[in-house]
Amino acid sequence: MSLQDKDRIFTNLYGYQPWNLKAAQARGDWDDTKALMARGQDAIIDEMKASGLRGRGGAGFPTGLKWSFMPKEPKDGRPSFLVINADESEPGSCKDREIIRHDPHKLIEGALVAGYAMRARAAYIYIRGEYIREAEVLFAAVQEAYDAGLIGKNACKSGYDFDVFVHRGAGAYICGEETAMIESLEGKKGQPRLKPPFPAGAGLYGCPTTVNNVESIAVAPTILRRGASWFSSFGRENNKGTKLFQISGHVEKPCVVEEAMSIPFRELIEKHCGGIRGGWDNLLAVIPGGSSVPLVPGSMMMDAPMDFDGCKDVGSGLGTAAVIVMDKSTDIVRAISRLSYFYKHESCGQCTPCREGTGWMWRVMERLRTGDAEVEEIDMLQQVTKQVEGHTICALGDAAAWPIQGLIKHFRPELERRIGERVREAAE
Amino acid sequence: MPKVTVDGIELEVPQGATVLQACELAGKEIPRFCYHERLSIAGNCRMCLVEVAPGPPKPQASCALPAADGQVIKTDSEMVKKAREGVMEFLLINHPLDCPICDQGGECDLQDQAMVYGRGTSRYDENKRAVTEKYMGPLIKTAMTRCIHCTRCVRFSEEVAGVDEIGALYRGENMQITTYLERAAKHELSANVIDLCPVGALTSRPYAFEARPWELKKTLSIDVSDAVGANIRLDSRGREVLRILPRLNDDVNEEWLSDKGRYQVDGLTRRRLDQPWLRRDGKLVAATWDEAFAAIAKVNPGKSGAVIAGDMVDCETMFAAKALAGALGSTMLEGRQTGLDYDCSNLAAINFNSTFNGIETADAILIVGSHVRWEAALLNARLRKAVKHGAKVFVVGPEWETTYPATFLGNDLAVLGKLPQDAADVFEKAERPALILGGAGLAKGALGPALQLCATLRMVRENWNGFNVLHMAASRMGGLMLGYAQPGGIADLAAASPKLLISLGADEVDYTRFAGSMIAYIGHHGDKGAHAADIILPAAAFSEKPGTYVNTEGRVQFADKAVFAPGDAREDWTILRALADALKVSVGFDSFAQLRAAMVAAVPALGREGLADYGALPKGKGSASGTIDAYPIKDFYLTNPIARASVTMQRCSAELIHGQDFAEAAE
Repeated sequence: MSLQDKDRIFTNLYGYQPWNLKAAQARGDWDDTKALMARGQDAIIDEMKASGLRGRGGAGFPTGLKWSFMPKEPKDGRPSFLVINADESEPGSCKDREIIRHDPHKLIEGALVAGYAMRARAAYIYIRGEYIREAEVLFAAVQEAYDAGLIGKNACKSGYDFDVFVHRGAGAYICGEETAMIESLEGKKGQPRLKPPFPAGAGLYGCPTTVNNVESIAVAPTILRRGASWFSSFGRENNKGTKLFQISGHVEKPCVVEEAMSIPFRELIEKHCGGIRGGWDNLLAVIPGGSSVPLVPGSMMMDAPMDFDGCKDVGSGLGTAAVIVMDKSTDIVRAISRLSYFYKHESCGQCTPCREGTGWMWRVMERLRTGDAEVEEIDMLQQVTKQVEGHTICALGDAAAWPIQGLIKHFRPELERRIGERVREAAE
Repeated sequence: MPKVTVDGIELEVPQGATVLQACELAGKEIPRFCYHERLSIAGNCRMCLVEVAPGPPKPQASCALPAADGQVIKTDSEMVKKAREGVMEFLLINHPLDCPICDQGGECDLQDQAMVYGRGTSRYDENKRAVTEKYMGPLIKTAMTRCIHCTRCVRFSEEVAGVDEIGALYRGENMQITTYLERAAKHELSANVIDLCPVGALTSRPYAFEARPWELKKTLSIDVSDAVGANIRLDSRGREVLRILPRLNDDVNEEWLSDKGRYQVDGLTRRRLDQPWLRRDGKLVAATWDEAFAAIAKVNPGKSGAVIAGDMVDCETMFAAKALAGALGSTMLEGRQTGLDYDCSNLAAINFNSTFNGIETADAILIVGSHVRWEAALLNARLRKAVKHGAKVFVVGPEWETTYPATFLGNDLAVLGKLPQDAADVFEKAERPALILGGAGLAKGALGPALQLCATLRMVRENWNGFNVLHMAASRMGGLMLGYAQPGGIADLAAASPKLLISLGADEVDYTRFAGSMIAYIGHHGDKGAHAADIILPAAAFSEKPGTYVNTEGRVQFADKAVFAPGDAREDWTILRALADALKVSVGFDSFAQLRAAMVAAVPALGREGLADYGALPKGKGSASGTIDAYPIKDFYLTNPIARASVTMQRCSAELIHGQDFAEAAE
């Protein structure tokens, strides 16, 4: 059983209709938002909790619970803020982009509802610097909403004042980390902060702040309209709802598609992507959640349910559900080495293990790619990844370590083969 | 008070303490690079990792983790050992192996901690990173390849100095620490980043390749470049002081030192007076001590003698000169060289009563006629702290670049009589209001009106005295305690036209007013005073004699002798003692110990280290008028004869204040 059209939240995901306010309203956005808000802040948060929505940015933290951490009364006059993370830079991820360019009003309405629920004064949408056309759409959509009185003073005639600001990033992956994003919004060098204090206590400009992913916010109004029970009717226990999957790589038709959580990998690929290139026997490996999660050999992945727990069970993670499919033509070592280069390039340089370790790991990976290494260096590399993992301020260190750990765990024979081949060549 | 267990030792730690502090209280050493008590917590070196339960199953950065009740902390488990080894290995893979040619060698945190917490060998086979040097001005030498990116220098500049001079560029392994557009760091406390740098990335430029730390004799002393009385350590080898470093004293300088106090050290070996000189036919000619004393004896001053004390002399020297003048029958003593004549009948009225520690807690501060950044750079750092805690600062006088938000109320002193409404409101509401009166204010007769304003605004309350005078001379408070003040200031001395004028290193006096006097200059540098002198008696600089100094708070501090004075120069008190013999009078002491005992007998407060008690504030009167057109200090780096003789200070002045360009050797 898979998702039917009537149960899709993102009805203009492919841009068959215009993105503008009129079209959005025709699709049901901004429909009596005032009534949604009139339910009251606690009722909204309870509904979100009941829906079982887990954050769509990768970590999968329950969204309603996150909102409930925000202070109910302003402390010493400080306002609260909502920051929306649209700095979608994870290799493989491309869902927020589709939402923003084709359905921006879902996001803006979500910002108002979520911001109201957490008693925020304003929302800051931090959009990735490379998303130039998307930012243009978002700026225009926000202006439309202001002009229609949907946000701003007395938003939707609810009596609540709420502003939405769009802020363009400058192309740093690390600014997608929530505290680095807050630093960047404040005009500083984008480097993650130490936690605690958590943003809900002291975030943007030292005020209580919640950082949410675009998708988490954009689905909120629909969940409220159709009810928590509707949303939670999809997916397995603890992995509820629908989700945008982004399938790239060696499938017949790569696509972004909204599907119910927990859909088996094989069904997802067969139904929406036309199968694996060259057939299922040709599947080598899958990275199920964007570049920061370990890869999974194809044989283990085929029947795994695509949700948080399902991916965890096969030693990986759902992440942003950016599924990267690799067939047997892939140079798997080169692929992971390229990811290592990405993390070396994007490390902010603040803390030692990540700053020094990502470069080291990449250099060893490059030598392993050509086989110019000793077999012992595979173990050394494994140890180095362990020295980085869990020793850093933010999760970028972990993200840099996991793909390599996945490679060593599942493809060590390939690494040893390359080294052996090179030794043989040198001998001849 | 949370109760924690560190390696099996149970202890209570203060509320708000971090796990690192808890470990230290338990006597456990935690290695660290980025953490520093006086800077914000960065948590980026990851060297201080410890195992904490309850918590995630990975090591935690102890510097940033609050200690909580019931925590079980392990600093010696296998996990911690591995984590430290790992981080140390990462720090070292791109750190050059140039310890033999690195100035930090021997006092390098990375070296020391690598010995204890590192693994013996390297597994890193790739090429090491190299980083181009950055220009940070005449004081800071950089070798950025050695940088471990702890960001202590960045945080010091931002938080303590209050200027955005140093920051980081680029990201990942390409991250580099630099000054903005590689301009020189200009702040008066800039060289403290050298002490803060845990490796050899920022080292002292003037001291480059001079010595190794284990070759140096360390002597405890007091800085005499201003009236703050910063606690310093003189590092000497043989007969030369090679460098000056700050010592820890939370009451005075915390652990900072102004660039002038640190780098005037090379002035101690230049332009020195190392033999007596006599003026014959208008020209100074070299002489012997006997000839010099004979020439003074020939004047036979009798009661017609006077003494002017310079800005850097110690209390013992001033007391010896006072004893000599007294034996001759004179009480003409003065230390305020530039002609100030404020009322000195009550020392509480001309003292920094709030103390440096106390001024941090003030919530409203009025600065009258003081360029605090140049007159007392370390006090300025304290004012910045006060402002960070919420204090509002107002300044009367010409504008200068403050390192914190401040409101300038114009140059007209009449404002003391009627504060603008917003300022008046702030002082009305303030719980700990304070006033700082500087030299430019004293010169315009603002002392009385300031005292009056202080009474109007009730600046003296229970456990709080908000009235402060900020002096600029290290000898000032000591001199005033010893009676170096005439009611009319130095004009009284000029009016008396003494036969013999003894100048104790006084280089700021207008000697043309003493044309009829024989001027005997007892000092250490061939500066303005020596040029005007008839007889020069070479004496010891502050590093070459033990002495007592009183800072602007009235804090009595003792300094030791590091090296001997050059050539024929002698310690000041021995010169005055010999002069007494030549003039056939008795001063009542034959050794330094006797001199000090006599001084303490005369002024008991000078015998006790710590704050002197000057009693209650007097009432002020009079109305202020006139305008403050300028501050006394025109050039921060050249305020005293030692600094003026220092090549480093001359270069700082030319480059940082007058904007002169200097070509780098490599260019």
